[in-house]
Amino acid sequence: MTLSYDEVVAKYEPVLGLEVHVELNTNSKMFCGCSTIFGAEPNTQTCPVCLALPGALPVVNEKAIESTIKIGLALNCSIAPFSRFARKNYFYPDMPKNFQISQYDEPICVDGYVDVEIETDEGPKTFRVEVERVHMEEDTGKSLHVGGATGRIHGAEYSLLDYNRAGIPLVEIVTKIVPGTGKYAPEVAKAYVAELRDILRSLGVSDVKMEQGSLRCDANVSLRLIGAEKLGTRSETKNVNSLRSVERAIRGEMIRHAELLNAGGRVVQETRHFQEDTGLTRSGRSKEQAEDYRYFPEPDLVPVAPDAAWIETLRAALPERPSIRRKRLQEAWAVADKEMAAMINADVLDSVEATVLLGADPTKSRTWWLGEISRIANEKDVALADLSITAADVAEIVALVNAGELTDKLARQVVEGVIAGEGKPSEVVAKRGIKVVNDDGALMAAIEKVCTEQAETAEKVRNGHLPAAGALIGAVMKETKGQADAAKVRTLLLTHLGQAEG
Amino acid sequence: MIRSNATEMAAKLATGEITSVALTQAHLDRISAVDADVHAFLHIDTEGALAQAAAIDAKRAKGEKLSPLAGVPLALKDVMAQKGIPTTCGSKILEGWRPPYDSTVVANLKKNDIVILGKTNMDEFAMGSSTENSAYGPTHNPWDLSRIPGGSGGGSSAALAAFEAPLAIGTDTGGSIRQPAAVTGTVGVKPTYGGVSRYGLVAFSSSLDQAGPCARTVLDAALLHEAISGHDPKDATSINAPVPQVVNAAKSGDVKGMKIGVVKELNGDGYQAGVRARFEESLELLAKAGAEIVEVSAPNFEYALAAYYLIAPSECSSNLARFDAMRYGLRVGDVDGASAESVMNLTREVGFGKEVKRRIILGTYALSSGYYDAYYGSAQKVRTLITQDFIRAFEKADVLVSPTCPTTAFKIGEKANDPLAMYLNDIATIPVNMAGIGGMSLPSGLADEDGLPVGFQIMSPVMKDERMYLVGAALEAALLSKWGAPLLDKAPIMGGAR
Repeated sequence: MTLSYDEVVAKYEPVLGLEVHVELNTNSKMFCGCSTIFGAEPNTQTCPVCLALPGALPVVNEKAIESTIKIGLALNCSIAPFSRFARKNYFYPDMPKNFQISQYDEPICVDGYVDVEIETDEGPKTFRVEVERVHMEEDTGKSLHVGGATGRIHGAEYSLLDYNRAGIPLVEIVTKIVPGTGKYAPEVAKAYVAELRDILRSLGVSDVKMEQGSLRCDANVSLRLIGAEKLGTRSETKNVNSLRSVERAIRGEMIRHAELLNAGGRVVQETRHFQEDTGLTRSGRSKEQAEDYRYFPEPDLVPVAPDAAWIETLRAALPERPSIRRKRLQEAWAVADKEMAAMINADVLDSVEATVLLGADPTKSRTWWLGEISRIANEKDVALADLSITAADVAEIVALVNAGELTDKLARQVVEGVIAGEGKPSEVVAKRGIKVVNDDGALMAAIEKVCTEQAETAEKVRNGHLPAAGALIGAVMKETKGQADAAKVRTLLLTHLGQAEG
Repeated sequence: MIRSNATEMAAKLATGEITSVALTQAHLDRISAVDADVHAFLHIDTEGALAQAAAIDAKRAKGEKLSPLAGVPLALKDVMAQKGIPTTCGSKILEGWRPPYDSTVVANLKKNDIVILGKTNMDEFAMGSSTENSAYGPTHNPWDLSRIPGGSGGGSSAALAAFEAPLAIGTDTGGSIRQPAAVTGTVGVKPTYGGVSRYGLVAFSSSLDQAGPCARTVLDAALLHEAISGHDPKDATSINAPVPQVVNAAKSGDVKGMKIGVVKELNGDGYQAGVRARFEESLELLAKAGAEIVEVSAPNFEYALAAYYLIAPSECSSNLARFDAMRYGLRVGDVDGASAESVMNLTREVGFGKEVKRRIILGTYALSSGYYDAYYGSAQKVRTLITQDFIRAFEKADVLVSPTCPTTAFKIGEKANDPLAMYLNDIATIPVNMAGIGGMSLPSGLADEDGLPVGFQIMSPVMKDERMYLVGAALEAALLSKWGAPLLDKAPIMGGAR
């Protein structure tokens, strides 16, 4: 018996709870000076502290505290004048100390909210997602289970441990329960994570790359009959590595829960793992019996007591809220909702804004970033930000086109050259010898050659059949290797064939 | 050469009368002669010590300005990480581990050109009061080889009393510097918590552990105290303030007008007659030196032992979780197909001794959900009350005093099967750790009934460590003039060399 989503939401109300883990982009780890750069050789970014050698002690990364306070402020939280780290004790080979330093009953930020706007049947609607707490902790190392069929520990022949990630600063952002979203629960969850990502990016505190795990979402969902007070049993879905997956995972879990409940069964309180390929979740660790982590205050660290004046300095320096910025930019650039959405989805807003700030026209800036540059990024299968082309490069190219020194077609070659690492646009132009052919003599020679070769077509144009000119212009452009200005070719060609446009 | 104290040795080194190499060699010879009987050392770094000594002699020959203790040898408690040197903490689980880094204390010793002879024996992970809990066999008290040298730092105190080293480093979580000092007739100081960096001190109980100097005189202890102290950015609990002027205090020894508070609760019933007699005698000497003796009360001290045995095991259960056979130390049962979990369990089963296991179990229980408030939570409240008792007492007195331990050294094996009796040995030293203040033990004579050393404890407020040195120096001077010779001259002659 498979239920449709509409049947589920007609009977049940979903209640959400979202836990987002964010890796901060500090240069060093949470409690030691080791580098945090992603992708290094295993176990090369370690020291006595993050390997938990006997005698080593943690020291808090001040930058991580600053970043966490900024996050708290941006999420409208109160910043605790006094908060503490605690030890969360449990054994796991990739956790060097066999306890994680985290915050427990005294987190650094509490009671905030994020407003998200989504499209509903009744038009745009704002939902408020309340944030219970924001706290700091450290990441664990990574286990690589080798030899098993599933990559899981069960059935593996042996496991490899990489402690480079051990001690990377993490911030956990936990929402209160989110009721009242009804059938929009999946969209609200997705919009919340997207908004969070944008806020974190605007703060510059994290790379927020879901695919690399620098932003990870655990989605809690439960269902209750519409009108019921008591909360249902929740499941917690981990491994949700994209915005789209957040939506899919929640939708999938809602259907799974409803089917269980309709069949008279019960939902098991457990963690579940999202499967990207099927969009389904599979059962993980049971949470029916709460694990006893034996939390107690971390005696190796002193309490965090940020100075009130410092907090106010950080508050005053907060960047514009992303939602407000989007509205401002949309108005300034006079773009339609659809185009704005396209820019947001393609993640080019920052680049376009930077290009416009350097004097380029908003429409042209947008066209370059959303068109050619995004296309190349897709083709190379890399993130836009990883291409070696900057807003300054694009602004320069736009200016060259405006000055008539490049045609759009030539400009594409320049973009390609810049991305290929050939240098700044002016350097690419010089190195590749790209220039608009403006020499009338050279153009006329090409036109005459083409008209001779395609005499029949030329005759049609001479007889007033202007659409035929296109083929000739194309041939001339080809003859001049694309370096001619097409508009000029057209004028000269038509004049040559006695069809000068008025 | 080896029977003088560190200050005298330093003076002879400074004038060139002796070299550090000769002095180091003399101590290595002494270790060869007597350590088979005493068993103070777990590791002797002959080559390293001589190389260090030679380098110091060369610096001196070049006329470089050296620190006050430059060239004087020292024995290091095996709980301190020293780069490349075995560091076992008296445990099988760390057998074979050589740290790739220096603890801050070791770095400071090296910076001050103090020669490190080797690592001394201790109760496993500093848990014990007799050094019987070492996985490598007990250390014997040079005063009577059938008796304990105290613990956990019995190796360091025995090395001093047997003239195997003039200086030693100890660590004190509940009395592990002071009680061994008391029962061996030596001086031991637990500085204010945070005064000496804990970086590289293998943790037993993080909020209580504190490294400190051990020596044969108060001034020697002060010189070593200053050499190892100071703020360390690698230890978040290290105090960022000027180091108390303990050397000046030890040189002055002026107690005129000082108020010395006798803690009512740390005397009387349960304290051996000879211990009490020496204590009273010391008070008289201090009064004669110009101090005013007052009585103070600390009503919550009676809960200190119980609270300590919740806090220390709780922290240790977590601190010792890292010994999981994954990255260093012993690994047991690593056969084909064995899971990480089974290797970890077997390693911990084999690698930890009985007392360590007892405390891990105790601590795990005390932190468990449902029991946390009743045990760990209550213990923390008691800790606050004890701290308040001290604050009130220090309003009435500049320092507080008590006997260091209720008894003199007991026989090896006497209390080995009675943990509670063993724990009671630390009843007078534990409150100091609970409040994070400073504490010193110095010899106050021999008990009439058994002829064994008795310790006198001085306690000073947070970062007022100089006060205990003032009082310690005054008492030491008064006792020396009374005895005519250092107390250790009365100890049995060992190894034929005096």
